[in-house]
Amino acid sequence: MLAFGIDSPDEMLKNTQQEQRAQHLGSQLRCLVCQNESIEDSSADLAKDLRKVVRQRIVAGDTDSQVMEWMVDHYGNFIRLKPPFTFTTALLWFMPVLALGIGCIIAFVTLRKRKHIEAEALSKEEQKRLSELMKE
Amino acid sequence: MQDITRRRLLWSIPFATAAVAGGGFLAMLSGLRKGNFDPREINIPVINKPIPPFSLIGQPPSAGFNQQELQRQTKPILINFFASWCIPCLTEMGVLQQLSSHIDIWGIAYKDKPDAVSGFLERNGNPYQKIGQDPEGNIGIEWGLSGVPESFLIMPGGIIKWHYPKPLSVASTQILLSLLQ
Repeated sequence: MLAFGIDSPDEMLKNTQQEQRAQHLGSQLRCLVCQNESIEDSSADLAKDLRKVVRQRIVAGDTDSQVMEWMVDHYGNFIRLKPPFTFTTALLWFMPVLALGIGCIIAFVTLRKRKHIEAEALSKEEQKRLSELMKE
Repeated sequence: MQDITRRRLLWSIPFATAAVAGGGFLAMLSGLRKGNFDPREINIPVINKPIPPFSLIGQPPSAGFNQQELQRQTKPILINFFASWCIPCLTEMGVLQQLSSHIDIWGIAYKDKPDAVSGFLERNGNPYQKIGQDPEGNIGIEWGLSGVPESFLIMPGGIIKWHYPKPLSVASTQILLSLLQ
């Protein structure tokens, strides 16, 4: 079980199922003033207020995606700890695949080159030198 | 391609990458110093959006105000969230005073007590035409507030034209005033 930053048990909803939903949602929402903590983890005032909003909306009957929508509507995509796939975040999402692809290309080119060098026959002079060495 | 050219080209890749990254970091650092880059700035998506529904009780002697009243205005209004306990709010009071001769400023006292607000305004002057109270901070959340002070420029009809999530400076008020023309 994760430890959450809820300041007092009064904040928690009586309905455990609803409270679990609230905690799950809260762990995906960034506390904007603490840069990289979720609102469930942070004890900042803003985080506390946003935790309250999440619970109010859940009690009012909002679905998880409706709560998320409300948050993005008011605070922008930055509030989501997991950025959505959009034009501006495409590079971010494609980077692992892109890096793997570039790595594969480099590996392929280098390996092929190496094989090519190995396969090159010795020149006459080299052949002569080799046989001299072998005699010794 | 010549082998030597290719080797040189490959060699230059890490140097070029470092140069580009270095240039970027340098731009960030100088922006930090000049004040036109702030990594902690929170840009909420409110520009050209309508104001949220809200209703505020007044900070005596001012009457409160609400969404409808703000929408009905025929000239631009600057909404300024502030608090007596907030030091950056204190620093922008001088700028707000000057600004109040160009635009009507409506204040919203965020998570504050009426007595503390009165004392704050007595000490530092009152640039506000109207003052509403948001003691619990619920209205602030509706506006997408992340702290105080924050200012919103509201055009007639209730559309948010500009948002500034920091204490107003002389430079930022110039941007604001250019929007009024």
